[in-house]
Amino acid sequence: MKKFKNVGKPVKKFDGVSLAVGAAKFTDDFELKDALHLSILYSPYAHAEIEDIDVSEALAVDGVVDVLTYQNVPQKLFTTAGQGYPEPSPYDSRILDRKVRFVGDRVAVVVAESKRIAEEAKKKIKVKYRVLEPIFDPERAMDDDAPMIPDPEAHMIIPAKYDPKRNLAAELDISYGDLEAGFEEADFIEEHTYWTHYGAHAMLEPHAAAAYIDEMGRLVVISTTQVPFHARRILSMVLDIPLRKIRVIKPHLGGGFGGKQEIILEPLVALVTWRHQRPSKIVLSREEVFVSTRVRRSARLRLKTGVKKDGTITALEMDVLLNGGAYGTHGLTVLSNVGSKSLPMLNKVPAMRFFARSVYTNLPVAGAYRGYGATQAYFAINQQIDMIARKLGIDVLDYWKRIHIREGETSKIFELIGEGREGTPQLITSEHLDEAIDLGAKEIGWYDKRGKRIEVEKDRVRGVGMAVAMQGSGIPLIDMAAARMKMNDDGSFNLYVGATDIGTGSDTILAQIAAEVLQIPAEMIIVHSSDTDFTPFDTGAYASSTTYVSGGAVKKTAEKVKEQILKVASEMLNAPMDSLFLEDGRVIQRDTGKSVTFSEIALRSLYMENQFQIEATESYVGEISPPPFIAQFAEVEVDRKTGFVRVIKFVSAVDCGQPINPRLVEGQVEGAVMNGITWALTERYIFNQQGRMVNNNFGEYKIFTPPDMPEIVTIIVDSYEETGPFGAKSVAEVGINGPAPAIANAIYDAVGVRLFDLPFTPEKVYKALKTTDN
Amino acid sequence: MTGKFRINGREYSIEFDPRDTLLTVLRENGFTEVKEGCSEGTCGACAVLLDGKVVNSCMVFAATAIGKEIITSRGLGDQNNPHPIQEAFAEVGAVQCGFCTPGFVISTFYLLQRNPDPTEDEIKKALDGNLCRCTGYVKIIEGVKLAAERMKNEKV
Repeated sequence: MKKFKNVGKPVKKFDGVSLAVGAAKFTDDFELKDALHLSILYSPYAHAEIEDIDVSEALAVDGVVDVLTYQNVPQKLFTTAGQGYPEPSPYDSRILDRKVRFVGDRVAVVVAESKRIAEEAKKKIKVKYRVLEPIFDPERAMDDDAPMIPDPEAHMIIPAKYDPKRNLAAELDISYGDLEAGFEEADFIEEHTYWTHYGAHAMLEPHAAAAYIDEMGRLVVISTTQVPFHARRILSMVLDIPLRKIRVIKPHLGGGFGGKQEIILEPLVALVTWRHQRPSKIVLSREEVFVSTRVRRSARLRLKTGVKKDGTITALEMDVLLNGGAYGTHGLTVLSNVGSKSLPMLNKVPAMRFFARSVYTNLPVAGAYRGYGATQAYFAINQQIDMIARKLGIDVLDYWKRIHIREGETSKIFELIGEGREGTPQLITSEHLDEAIDLGAKEIGWYDKRGKRIEVEKDRVRGVGMAVAMQGSGIPLIDMAAARMKMNDDGSFNLYVGATDIGTGSDTILAQIAAEVLQIPAEMIIVHSSDTDFTPFDTGAYASSTTYVSGGAVKKTAEKVKEQILKVASEMLNAPMDSLFLEDGRVIQRDTGKSVTFSEIALRSLYMENQFQIEATESYVGEISPPPFIAQFAEVEVDRKTGFVRVIKFVSAVDCGQPINPRLVEGQVEGAVMNGITWALTERYIFNQQGRMVNNNFGEYKIFTPPDMPEIVTIIVDSYEETGPFGAKSVAEVGINGPAPAIANAIYDAVGVRLFDLPFTPEKVYKALKTTDN
Repeated sequence: MTGKFRINGREYSIEFDPRDTLLTVLRENGFTEVKEGCSEGTCGACAVLLDGKVVNSCMVFAATAIGKEIITSRGLGDQNNPHPIQEAFAEVGAVQCGFCTPGFVISTFYLLQRNPDPTEDEIKKALDGNLCRCTGYVKIIEGVKLAAERMKNEKV
């Protein structure tokens, strides 16, 4: 363990008290005088064309200012994906369209003096639909007789396989080695198909956006966005407003998990405010968040492995079908990540093929979701490896230790699959998965419980299972982050970052990184983030990038600032720079012990001699994306009479490099774990035959409350990533990959039932138990 | 209609629509610490104390709250002088995005008023009406325990 002053310390999240009190402002908390309120009319049909829309009665309602339809809004195609330019997602969406593609697609937007008026007037809009045949089954989406779902003009702006006529949103076919020979050589073939389901992000703050015109006539948009800079760029493009006239602010954000990496509401408020030169605002209801925002895409994964008796995997083929719903946002990149974040784990396999397709259906739209495809892949891989280990008669822990990728090794997959383009070759520069496996196994009591089928009460049997996973730390050679820092009179600093704190505490850990460089308490750094006017560029909060990429930018910036501080101190102390060092807000001369305080340095540089502002701006782009590794263990209790599965304990041991703030690291893992557990057990989108989600509320879309929680233990494994800021890698996503497969493996350990499709509802487990018993 | 509301120890005369919920009235009058997470009584982000009892303010018609004592999270403490519960939550990392936190603070306050020394199960039960997606509740439970301990010691 390296010694640090700030890094590795559980510094209290800067905005913690403000949030706990309720002073911190979220998008809906800003008071906008005389704001117009928006209410959206949604399609009741899964697939239809608007033949006629009559808004006259709605417009006649007192207090209604405007009604937006496809007839009076810009019709430019764009992608709602908040990704870097050129976006690797299809341009297949319009602000409002003549065609609707799922129950919950937008038909019209009423703009009124109050929310109540807007909602009432909405009921007076008359729409005549020509109902089209919908496609709900992704397996049918590419059939010859399947109706075309996307816009006929939909297109990609990067070279990629995209065939909207066949409802194909993305396709990858990647392989290396001699697959046929590999399967030939195998002693046995293990081949299974797995299904993962839709999931809601269920962040507590619903999506919201507000806009106003500032005193200089510019458009200011405040929104629940993980990607303020992409939001600004896309708004400018879609609405034809010069980018220089747009300012996007991300205030406090009530959770994102990928669901707010989408430009959904911003175009509506921006359009209304620009057109009417009045403030406007929209806050979605919980039902709207469930139905009309974004979900985790469902997947069908067929996994075929050739295995020799000694355990060597000779070939692996993964065939994936993703259901992206009605629009193609994030389709190609999630699809890429299914392979790129999972297959390198099995880097010793000499031949692999990854064939994957993402298709359009008339169901709610899939976007980005914590785990981003890796979650789906690890559900399959971890069960497959569990089954192979059982067949081989060896402990799955030992088996994983034999087959997983190691420090100093690489995988062909890294260079074959990137983000919408070829990948980047990279070596694994830090990896402590064996330690994670050992620590986790000890904490769960693996060797006392595995295979024991302990019956705690009649028909209630316990079992343990595990899963391993990795993720990445940003997108190499694509994600760019910048930081700016300036020194104030009292020796404090303003740190400006484009990085987007969405509740993770990134403002705090970025300050810790800067404070570590300057050897001052983190509280001396005042962080300003996510305002396109005042903070430098950052791609945003996604792809597990903030700690590694934005942190890298902050470290470089602080180092530049340090150099300037030393330069001034050198003049003041009349000593060469290399004889000086920093300690507790002072610069000290090594030999004489003479020192000057940061404040004295600031005052001199600002007011007295050789005046200049001590400040710097630096950018960082990762050349590699060092993956964090995790080993996760579940102990479950299965009720044989009812099929009910209860998680008793869940352990995660994570190698995320040096934790910048261990408390916040634990928080990331704990949140991801709970999200993964409920996705595996209780969460589900239930659709009726018309494609309408019928359980669009927290009462019926069940996420755990405190009494439901298992014991959750998080262990941070000692690790250090040389390329990261003070040894750090990412941690935000990796923890969601293990719960579902670990639970599946634990259920098998308890009752001998193998579950291939999520979620593990009591009905499903009960049925499987009956089938197995017979 | 107009009503006199007693919020965080002060009286306010507020004009409102008879169909308005207490949540709407509070938020529209600057009490934005009361959060709207679902408006159907299941997430607890809008929890306040109404005459000393926890309610989801989205489930209460404003008119029925007239004349009653309403306490929000900001009524318990502010930035400079946070309540021990708010302080403990921030300290242990129970606050991530913080959207749900004022509601959790209110539920915790209600619990500790009646039961200054709750067991872990009692804590979990008391927080059954509050949802959080960021923390997995681990550090929230820890925060409640720390707050209970500090509040006990303060009273001695």
